Amino acid sequence: MATLTKTNRRDFLKIAGTTAGGLFIGFNWMSCDSPQMEALSTEEVLANAKNFNAFLSIAPSGDIVIYSPNPELGQNIKTSFPMVVAEELDADWNRVRVLQASLDTDKYERQLTGGSGAMPHSWERLRKAGATAKYLLVAAAAKKWEVPASELTTSEGVIYHVKSGKKMGYGDVANEASLLTAPEDVQLKDKKDFKIIGTPVKNVDSGDLFTGKPLFGLDFYREGMLHAMIQRPPFGMKIKAIDDAEVRKVAGVKDVVSFENSVAIVGTSTWPLMKAKKLLKVEYEPDGKVESSADHNQIFKDLLANGKAEVMREDGNVKAAFANAAQVVSAEYQCPFLSHSPMEPMNFFAHVQGDKAELIGPTQTPENARKTAADILGIPPENITMEISRLGGGFGRRLRADYVAEAVQVSKLMNAPVKVTWSREDDLTGGAYRPAVRYRFEAALDSDGNMTGYKLRGVGMNAGNSTRENNFPSGAVENLLIENINYESSITTNAWRAPITNFLAYAEQSFLDEVALAAQKDPVDFRLELMEKAKANPVGGELQYNVDRMIGVTKMAAEKSNWGKNPNVKQGFSVYFSHRTYVAQVADIEIENGTPSLKKIHVITDCGMVVNPTGANHQVRGGVVDGMGHAMYGNLTFEAGLPTQTNFDKYRLIRMKEVPAVDTYYVDSGYDPTGLGEPCLPPTGGAIANAIYSATQRRLRSQPFIEQEEFTDLNMTIKRA
Amino acid sequence: MATINLKINGKAHSVDVEEDTPLLWVLRDHLGLVGTKYSCGIAQCGACTVHKNGDAIFSCVTPASSLTEDEITTIEGLSKNGDHPVQKAWAEVDVAQCGYCQAGQIMNASAFLKKNSAPSMEEIDEAMNRNICRCGTYHKIREAVAMAAKSN
Repeated sequence: MATLTKTNRRDFLKIAGTTAGGLFIGFNWMSCDSPQMEALSTEEVLANAKNFNAFLSIAPSGDIVIYSPNPELGQNIKTSFPMVVAEELDADWNRVRVLQASLDTDKYERQLTGGSGAMPHSWERLRKAGATAKYLLVAAAAKKWEVPASELTTSEGVIYHVKSGKKMGYGDVANEASLLTAPEDVQLKDKKDFKIIGTPVKNVDSGDLFTGKPLFGLDFYREGMLHAMIQRPPFGMKIKAIDDAEVRKVAGVKDVVSFENSVAIVGTSTWPLMKAKKLLKVEYEPDGKVESSADHNQIFKDLLANGKAEVMREDGNVKAAFANAAQVVSAEYQCPFLSHSPMEPMNFFAHVQGDKAELIGPTQTPENARKTAADILGIPPENITMEISRLGGGFGRRLRADYVAEAVQVSKLMNAPVKVTWSREDDLTGGAYRPAVRYRFEAALDSDGNMTGYKLRGVGMNAGNSTRENNFPSGAVENLLIENINYESSITTNAWRAPITNFLAYAEQSFLDEVALAAQKDPVDFRLELMEKAKANPVGGELQYNVDRMIGVTKMAAEKSNWGKNPNVKQGFSVYFSHRTYVAQVADIEIENGTPSLKKIHVITDCGMVVNPTGANHQVRGGVVDGMGHAMYGNLTFEAGLPTQTNFDKYRLIRMKEVPAVDTYYVDSGYDPTGLGEPCLPPTGGAIANAIYSATQRRLRSQPFIEQEEFTDLNMTIKRA
Repeated sequence: MATINLKINGKAHSVDVEEDTPLLWVLRDHLGLVGTKYSCGIAQCGACTVHKNGDAIFSCVTPASSLTEDEITTIEGLSKNGDHPVQKAWAEVDVAQCGYCQAGQIMNASAFLKKNSAPSMEEIDEAMNRNICRCGTYHKIREAVAMAAKSN
């Protein structure tokens, strides 16, 4: 049965004919507000388009164009969003084109990418936009043929009147449809009638990507544009003196300018700047804490022992639970700082001209980037145009506008169009990392092996809240204490794909394995017992996670991985809820010639309905590869405020030969779709570490694995099963 | 400054650059061939891969002045209409996430398959191990290389 859904008359949809003819609909693509709608004339749409951030146009030719306002960085919304619109519209997908829109706050609102939140926010409004357009087209056809609209059917962009055998394309009634008033109620399809959603649809940018078209920010060039590379200070330092004499001698260097704590070398092409930067001599002096990794290790220990912690959650009587425990298990887990390292380094183009400016480049938050520029220049944001290029990866790094600010500063100082390019070394040393964190976990067990008490204390370096106090196992343990301590480091940090949970999940899921072992219980059964407890009698009231969905992925993981059934396969289990999605993983290790070999990771995901299976598999496997790569290899250490690893020779990213098989399964839970950009990453490290323990009795409590004593002599290989 | 004559994608080009300028920056900054990507600059990630007489090389560490006698092919010149078997396999498998590294991956794969037209999966892994994909599309890269090998 189709769903009848109410729409309000404010800002969901505006429809109108355009001067070029056809049907033109504006709708709100990513707003958090409830969907609303209004019908206006063309002029009014163009004049008052402020409330929308997306447009759908149907030309008299039948071609459909959807303007995608949000930055695309590999999460594939540029393909999956239009699929949802096209589904309800009953469009012919082959006639749908998707174009990237520029930042335009006159037309769009909330143009950003982050938090895996796009699909859950937009699902309903995208469907309504498509359904509304279809309604209008059908109504126009009914009027033309003088038959009731209820007698008409649609399929792949064509309207049919079966009784009379008449048919016509959407384009043939687009003009008439634009003259009608938008309905207050539209019918959405029954999910079982979906023809596009749930089918594998290919990336709309594939052709351009595979032939080398200039899609990315770094690919932007303009006649007369200057290039700039920037020297930034070590963390906790400021400039004392600059000696640029040798730099200025390099052919191709035009000028050296400085602003705040940065020195910019400006020239007519990139290579001379890379050479010149090595000749720049900057003397720095302390301007705060100048830290090294050894300092961090000491700070972690001190704060875990004696730091003043903020209580994030407290249930029951933890003190009594631990005093009465038959057994107490405790362990500490630590992760290092990590760089985001998108393959396309930071870059941006700026052209400041008096009280106006033009910005072009890759950003996850175009509006914030423009505001940053406006603040620097002291001009209204409306005086600045912003064109969004495709992003060569983001992982959270491009939520920040620091590199946009640099382009603005240099353009202003040089009074010229400038593209700032970060080298890979700049990218690794330039800051805003995944924060280093250390956790201490403690569990109290009674004589039957029930977890009666649970304590977690997290210490993070500029991590904010390093805990997720309302996530599992909260709700499943009678006596529980979650505490957080944030240390203010001079090293800058930023959201990094699955913020906090990218390491917390590993630590927690490894620790729960330790507790299960101490309780002499199977790791999966132990977790299921806790979940059942949370379901039957949730401690602290309503839970923030859906226990049934967590049980669902856990049971399916046990089933699909043949959990515990094959004595030759040593397995590790992990389950985590983040970004509205539930993911369980099992890692398989086999012993070959006396050494462990990681063969496969089974991934069970409940993200509600899968919109695009191809895109979903991408995000699931990509998340697993990312989670595994950083757990195994990722490490950024510091010496006197500077990262020790400055390029990919020392800062190791996972490669082709290091990737096991990844089998993907989806739970058909009947829920609306949730995001997939992040949630498959957090469980991976734990699944692998638990499998390593199962195979070797070595417990890995710190990342990266390859640098742990417990790991180095295992000679673990990775082979796809 | 020196005048360097290059043959790229079958066309003769002449550029005035410093002699140590890597081919990558000649392509990008001077010839407008931006399909070849910069990412690490030290021959570690493969984003800058092009063909020199059919062999895959890292253009970020190869001075253009050392290539005056060679046939250079970039992603823009791999095929006329984007229909090289490797490009077709990449589209069919739908390999890309962010897509930034993919031109380099395609150039490496196409040079590899020219030498080894019927590779084993292990040989594919070995050959493609020199290119990093930060999004983790390795499974699909592997699948696409195998598909391209079959279609040849």
